[in-house]
Amino acid sequence: MNVNQQTPMASPYGQPQPGYGQPSYATLGGGYPDPYGPYNGPSTAYQPGAPPQGYSPYASFPSKAVAEIPVSDLSSPLDLGSARGPPTSAPPPVSTPQAYSHYTHGDTQNGPPPMNHPMAQPAHRPPVSQPYSQSAMNLSGPQSSYPQQYGAVPPMQQMTNQMSGMQISSGPPTSAGLGYAPRPSSQPLISNTYLAAAPPSYTQAPPPVSAAPSQPPPPSEPAAPQPYYGGHPALQQQQPFPSSAPLQSQPFPLSAPYSGPPPSSQPQTPPVSQQQSFPPGPPSQQPFPNSASLPGPPPVSYADPHPTQQPFPPRGPPPTSQTGSFPPTSSPPAQYLGPQPPSQPGPPPYLSGPPPRGPMPPSSMSQQQANHLPPGSMQQPPQPGMQGGYPPQQNGAFGQPRGPQPGYGGPQYPMQQNYGAAPAPAPPPPAQKRLDPDSIPSPQASELPAVQKSRHRIDPDAIPSPIQVIEDDRANKSSEPFTTGVRGQAPPLVTTTFQVKDQGNASPRFIRCTAYNMPCTADMAKQSQVPLAAVIKPLATLPPDECPPYMVDHGEGGPIRCNRCKAYMCPYMQFIEGGRRFQCGFCSCVTEVPPHYFQHLDHTGKRVDCYDRPELSLGSYEFVATVDYCKNNKLPQPPSFVFFIDVSYNAVKSGMVNIVCQELKTLLDYLPRENPEVDSAVRVGFVTYNKVLHFYNVKSSLAQPQMMVVSDVSDMFLPLLDGFLVNVNDSRMVIESLLDQIPEMFADTRETETVFGPVIQAGLEALKAADCAGKLFVFHSSLPIAEAPGKLKNREDKKLVGTDKEKALFQPQSGFYSNLSKECVAQGCCVDLFLFPNQYIDVATLAVVPVSTGGSVYKYTYFQAETDRERFLNDLRRDVQKPMGFDAVMRVRTSTGIRATDFFGSFFMSNTTDVELAGLDCDKTVTVEFRHDDKLSEETGALMQCAVLYTSCSGQRRLRVHNMAVNCCSQLADLYRNCETDTIISFFSKYAYRSILNTPTKTVRDTLVNQCAQILACYRKNCASPSSAGQLILPECMKLLPVYLNCVLKSDVLLPGADVSLDDRAYLRQLVSCMDVSESHVFFYPRLLPLVKLDGGSLPMAVRNSEERLSKGGVYILETGLHLFLWVGANAQQELLSNIFGTPTFSQIDPNMTNLPDLDNPFSKRLREIIDSFRSQRSRYMKLMVVKQEDKTELIFKHFLCEDKSASGGASYVDFLCHMHKEIRQLLS
Amino acid sequence: MATYQEFIQQNEDRDGVRFSWNLWPSSRLEATRLVVPVSCLFTPLKERPDLPPVQYEPVLCSRANCKAVLNPLCQVDFRAKIWACNFCFQRNPFPPSYAGISDVNQPAELMPQFSTIEYIVQRGPPTPLIFLYVVDTCLEEEDLQALRESLQMSLSLLPPNALVGLITFGRMVQVHELSCEGIAKSYVFRGTKELSAKQIQEMLGLMKPAASGPQGRPVAPQDPSATCRFLQPVHKVDMNLTDLLGELQRDPWPVPQGKRPLRSTGIAMSIAVGLLEGTYPNTGARVMLFTGGPPTQGPGMVVGDELKTPIRSWHDITKDNARHLKKATKYYEALASRAAVNGHSIDIYACALDQTGLLEMKCLSNLTGGHISMGDSFNTSLFKQTFQRVFSKDYNGDFRMAFGGTLEVKTSRELKVSGAIGPCVSLNAKGPCVSENELGVGGTTQWKICGLSPSTTLALYFEVVNQHNAPIPQGGRGAIQFVTQYQHSNTQKRIRVTTIARNWADAQSQIQHIESSFDQEASAVIMARLGVFRAESEDGPDVLRWLDRQLIRLCQKFGQFNKDDPTSFKLSESLSLYPQFMFHLRRSPFLQVFNNSPDECSYYRHHFVRQDLTQSLIMIQPILYSYSFHGPPEPVLLDSGSILPDRILLMDTFFQLVIYHGETIAQWRKAGYQEQPEYENFKHLLVAPLDDAQEILQNRFPMPRYIDTEHGGSQARFLLSKVNPSQTHNNLYAWGQETGAPILTDDVSLQVFMDHLKKLAVSSAA
Repeated sequence: MNVNQQTPMASPYGQPQPGYGQPSYATLGGGYPDPYGPYNGPSTAYQPGAPPQGYSPYASFPSKAVAEIPVSDLSSPLDLGSARGPPTSAPPPVSTPQAYSHYTHGDTQNGPPPMNHPMAQPAHRPPVSQPYSQSAMNLSGPQSSYPQQYGAVPPMQQMTNQMSGMQISSGPPTSAGLGYAPRPSSQPLISNTYLAAAPPSYTQAPPPVSAAPSQPPPPSEPAAPQPYYGGHPALQQQQPFPSSAPLQSQPFPLSAPYSGPPPSSQPQTPPVSQQQSFPPGPPSQQPFPNSASLPGPPPVSYADPHPTQQPFPPRGPPPTSQTGSFPPTSSPPAQYLGPQPPSQPGPPPYLSGPPPRGPMPPSSMSQQQANHLPPGSMQQPPQPGMQGGYPPQQNGAFGQPRGPQPGYGGPQYPMQQNYGAAPAPAPPPPAQKRLDPDSIPSPQASELPAVQKSRHRIDPDAIPSPIQVIEDDRANKSSEPFTTGVRGQAPPLVTTTFQVKDQGNASPRFIRCTAYNMPCTADMAKQSQVPLAAVIKPLATLPPDECPPYMVDHGEGGPIRCNRCKAYMCPYMQFIEGGRRFQCGFCSCVTEVPPHYFQHLDHTGKRVDCYDRPELSLGSYEFVATVDYCKNNKLPQPPSFVFFIDVSYNAVKSGMVNIVCQELKTLLDYLPRENPEVDSAVRVGFVTYNKVLHFYNVKSSLAQPQMMVVSDVSDMFLPLLDGFLVNVNDSRMVIESLLDQIPEMFADTRETETVFGPVIQAGLEALKAADCAGKLFVFHSSLPIAEAPGKLKNREDKKLVGTDKEKALFQPQSGFYSNLSKECVAQGCCVDLFLFPNQYIDVATLAVVPVSTGGSVYKYTYFQAETDRERFLNDLRRDVQKPMGFDAVMRVRTSTGIRATDFFGSFFMSNTTDVELAGLDCDKTVTVEFRHDDKLSEETGALMQCAVLYTSCSGQRRLRVHNMAVNCCSQLADLYRNCETDTIISFFSKYAYRSILNTPTKTVRDTLVNQCAQILACYRKNCASPSSAGQLILPECMKLLPVYLNCVLKSDVLLPGADVSLDDRAYLRQLVSCMDVSESHVFFYPRLLPLVKLDGGSLPMAVRNSEERLSKGGVYILETGLHLFLWVGANAQQELLSNIFGTPTFSQIDPNMTNLPDLDNPFSKRLREIIDSFRSQRSRYMKLMVVKQEDKTELIFKHFLCEDKSASGGASYVDFLCHMHKEIRQLLS
Repeated sequence: MATYQEFIQQNEDRDGVRFSWNLWPSSRLEATRLVVPVSCLFTPLKERPDLPPVQYEPVLCSRANCKAVLNPLCQVDFRAKIWACNFCFQRNPFPPSYAGISDVNQPAELMPQFSTIEYIVQRGPPTPLIFLYVVDTCLEEEDLQALRESLQMSLSLLPPNALVGLITFGRMVQVHELSCEGIAKSYVFRGTKELSAKQIQEMLGLMKPAASGPQGRPVAPQDPSATCRFLQPVHKVDMNLTDLLGELQRDPWPVPQGKRPLRSTGIAMSIAVGLLEGTYPNTGARVMLFTGGPPTQGPGMVVGDELKTPIRSWHDITKDNARHLKKATKYYEALASRAAVNGHSIDIYACALDQTGLLEMKCLSNLTGGHISMGDSFNTSLFKQTFQRVFSKDYNGDFRMAFGGTLEVKTSRELKVSGAIGPCVSLNAKGPCVSENELGVGGTTQWKICGLSPSTTLALYFEVVNQHNAPIPQGGRGAIQFVTQYQHSNTQKRIRVTTIARNWADAQSQIQHIESSFDQEASAVIMARLGVFRAESEDGPDVLRWLDRQLIRLCQKFGQFNKDDPTSFKLSESLSLYPQFMFHLRRSPFLQVFNNSPDECSYYRHHFVRQDLTQSLIMIQPILYSYSFHGPPEPVLLDSGSILPDRILLMDTFFQLVIYHGETIAQWRKAGYQEQPEYENFKHLLVAPLDDAQEILQNRFPMPRYIDTEHGGSQARFLLSKVNPSQTHNNLYAWGQETGAPILTDDVSLQVFMDHLKKLAVSSAA
């Protein structure tokens, strides 16, 4: 990774490089062969498969180079890492190994990785590359570039590389800026060179490259090299490169030449720097050194770095190089100033000859990282490996960019392609961005500003890529069904489509854990800081090919349970004494088996009927609850739905009232029911309100509905009983008449004030009177300022943002709604709130009741009937129809040793163990955090049983039980091997979002960063093979932790931009609290798809969320789970536009459209299919927003490009990674 | 001059006035010695078909504190065009419009036959009548159905421009909006929360019509009906309202076993009053409450909803065990005062087998001139006919009801006004003719009578203030003027002025004249009203004792007897019936609570203090007719001796109409003789009382309870409890006789009563 990044940097520097570059390249070429390739990114990349391409990409990358800066810091760490396991590190390839290591992890992997890499990588790559090439071909240059990147990603598995690359890049940044302009030229040059160098390879390689952006390849390469090099990372790397890929070496040379020309294109400065410092070393490294050298201070740093490197003596040479290149990075972490100096010193080393090492180190670092899992370099390496040996990967990476270039002929395109839009169009922007990040003190940046500035840019492609990880997982795990029978097995990622076979543990669709291998002791847990939590979605809907939980009836006595802990019968119960008793797996208590449940055991001690009974063989099932499980010992009534429609002026004017009323007429036929043959048992009621409430009597015997106005809102009551809640079919005529008349009646209303508290109270009273549970649908438009209980005042005060008082903004204004929600929960009254505000409405307060009752909040700011109708209606439809349970109580039981201590989500708790949910729908999750209260044993593992008692929509009382068993470990390495980063992030976000209620936001962010740093540091300290301190080593399954964490940190809630309203923040805050992992994942790291080739059933490969990846000539779709954007590049092909919009002209595209025109061409059809499928995957309907490049709405869109710096000051991925690395280093030192 | 009988009758016919004394004692001392105060029964709107109203403003005395109306008693100087007020002797010029006045061209008000005259005046825009129905929905379906029909029927009886409103209540109170199309709207209030008038108006959106509430379709802004969506002209909404009433549901809230339905009468009335108060103050309006049981929740509750706690009885009240009594009474009194201030009258139609809280709620009607009707069920002709009769019309086709009346009394300077008893409230108008001695509602010269009917009669009490040592010149006359302003049912504003004069007499020299001027019927009623008025606030026995003492004193004053010789006691003809009236009054439900529930007492008293003299007398001493083969129907003594086997008796107590078949007659009837042609005469005999009863039923308001019973029938108790128990199980001397039937009672008979009276009257110790 790093390499890649570096390379890009290099490319910018390219110009300067020429001179330097050549020599450096040459050296690099020789030294880096494979490993360096990656590090050098540019150089290596060039060297490897498709140097030319690689170069071009780099040229384009320059923009990325900025990002790289932080990386550079990392890279230094990486170097350090490399030191650790020279072998491994050397293997920065390790990183690649890591990729492989996924399976094995560790240094050993590193060793093998190389082997594997070559093997696997080649295999992977080819295919990848091909597709990419194709795609590239199809798409405009830029597009192709994306794919390439992705392609690279897969190999990326080992992410460690990043660091090294980073360092290098850091140097260049400044140069990068310069470089950008030149790049184009350089690119062309490069392309030329490439063409010359390995056009053929391009064809092959390019695709791969495109597939896995240059990033991956580099890492992989390094990785590969590492393995090859084994002991001598630096040398090995270098050697490997040359050896492994003469071609690569060639590329290098080529690159060198290219660099000469490209200098401009690629980080001109970088190249220079590279050349200067690294001349001998890999290009990538060189750039860094260069940069370092440029700074001047480097010398000092060098000293430091060197030492660090020195430790690595084995790499001896590398150290220097590392120091040179890495030091900068590594040192930066420690001290930014330092780093810079180091980088400078770096150069010297490089110059002296360390350069090679330098490159080596990077590679090594990457390798190490890779080994450790983290470094992007690892991933990258794999890619290279994939393509065809390590070199190929690199080549691939580079090649891709190149590929496109060649394809396009124009170097610029390639550039663009490779790096996405960034190169061509972006170059300037990226540069700016880069500059901005540096100059603008973001919270993170503020801490590291100097460093960032000073750092070398790091190739974003060299750092762990979420896309790569996702694609790998998809490739590896979607084919086979996931069986839950094996304890402690982490499920496929949420982004992967897979089938689940329940073999005794709950499906990951129901429960996802942060760790599938829990530490045995509290000490371990504390040491690692890995949160132990489970995200539970008790009523999740399963895909049609999976069987919903079976219903079990244990007769009048109710479900059979452990006598002591009351755990329900489950597969963990051990039957003893011939089946007469069973021992509880949770508390070990022995309980008699009731006679009617007795069954003999077979020779293995299992009950003979084990497989006939779901509760003995499955992870999830339901019990029929007896009357003992019902409120007041009375079987429940079917639930009721009550609709509350705001009919004040604003609501009527926005068209909401009309829409709701129209829709309800049909929607009422789709009330939830369990048996599709039977009418729904759910009864409905209607209320409209402004500052008074209007109840409606819709008794079937009436000819006309009757309105009953309750003006006495100070003391709410239900004005009628009979006729308020009715069966839809019985009262259809009356209801329709009512819904027809409501909009008419209030068409001329002049009432602008509304109440809110009494509305909920009214619903509550209604359900109380009917003695049933139910759900209130409240359609509300404005801040409730009318005189009534729960009256609110406008307290929006943006001046508080960022202060210690900010937390008050997330707290409700008064305790009224909290108290009210308690009553609601007691009655099983769930509240869903649909908001249509035109101004501040105080979501923080209004959402209290929905959040406490398991309801949902939907917000449609500035609702307009024409544009928002569809989104609202789809949300409403889904909300009404979705399966849900009422009046639910959830209890999580665990085996001795751990305990559920904290809960997150939409619910209410009156004690510490019972989660009370007035309503629980299929989209709601409850996140449970576990803590040790004793030791766990490795033999028995840790068990948890989540039991949810609820009333179904037909009024049946049921118990849904989910069982989950995970392994326990006494070795930290095991823990780190079996974590689920998506779940961890989901947990962290929920934790942080709750913390801001009581803690200043900044503290929350710092805490998050700190905890993650501790997690990673702990890994580094205890699990990773020894390596240079400057090397960033990430656990394979947590290598995305930094990028995701960064997304959380700069989310609107934790780091609001100026245009983010308090309401939005409060809204998102509560929204995230009950998201499942899949939603939180896409929420924090949106899915960005290039619309390239849409034929066939598969989706185009996603690209990373960075502006650099966008091609001016492309069209992209971005999905966050809440928003859906269609980004149209200014130079998008006419054919593309015609296919999508029916108009070939960019300017004629209507930016206000919310639906694509229904065009009769395969592309349009497929695109709309894709959009539909996206929408159907999410619990909320996403309105399509067409964003034209350069349009003002693009700002909104850019907000979701979460790898970039955010306008609100959020760090870019690269910056953050550097910061993270620094934090880790601090912890380690 | 004819007899006093004729004079009295003539005066009553002309002026609707009956005085206790038609000659007035000339000094305060003598007046007090007469026992029965100088007082009168005055029927302000006595029907006078022969009295055409004049269409101009009355001429008033210009003295600020007099303002008496020009009347036939005034001295007029036709040449100077000046008239002298006969109350304050102020000399007033005639207004310009009277320029043509002369002794041959006199305005009507100066002619003697127009001692009562009615003016039609123009005061502000005519306001339509308002009828606000307040309907209890906690009824049995059958009752509710009957009520629905009655209400729907009533819509056709209302004048088309009258405004109607509908409030229904049960556990909640609903104010129905009538102006809307499509969806029927109503405003709902919970029945337990007391709201101020302002709150109610706010919640009904009456405060700021422009800015508040779902303002429905604004009607033409000029139309006063637009200001209130809840009161709409009948002709506009009768279809709507008919449907609404048709869909009226029973209160939907479940009533658990052992509970009464929750009935928020108190709040419903408070909202009704508040609604009218906010929209149509000082306009004739009628709130009609239809209730099927006692208020059981919220302010004004009379009994809790636990069935095991019975509603208060007299026993509870005397033991001070009626928890809600005082609070509820106070609550309803406050409401009644508010309604009275705004000129709105409140009717109560209570139909239930048990009590409905009339005791507490009676003031609603008593103070506002509303009706009270009490029945067993809405599904009885008693209710249906009564209700229908509320809307009966007079010979002019106008409703027999008037609204927002004020009665002002002016007296010549020898007299002062002590007070009034009737369906009125004091307006606290102080003036020179206000007496310090209050009898009834006093301390004022003006009273408000929110609801008036032609039979509404007030008792007015006066005090002679002339000192004994300042004799009035012989032949002097005292004068009283009654000025009644009211809103006629055709929305006209009218003023009726009655001016009467009576001669002063020196009680020492002319005691015989005074005695013969005694109107014993009027006096009996007047004293009875005083007694009933006292009974409202005092213990029953105390009132009886007071009545007895008054009677004894009267007998002592006018009886002729030898001291300590009861047998020598005689009363003149003009007083001869008075003791008998008192005897029956003592036994009447107005003063005897035994056998009557508190509600019944309230009901009876309500009617007693508002009916005219004839009806009041019937209430005091029911009329008994006898039908037999021995001769034509004849009135007989209200005595057990009149109960004979071969007679059919028809008793009219005002509240009940009892037809009693004697033992033999009953046997004959049972045997079916009336079916046989040869016994047609028997058939005729049977039918005769029915026809007569029918005639009474036709004219009576409220509709009496009609009872057809026979010897030994359980319902015969109505008769037996009324007749003078001359034969009881205690005086067996009558047993062998053929006449009469013994009454099983310990009550004294008239004979015993008279014996005691004589003894006490002649006793020198008294």
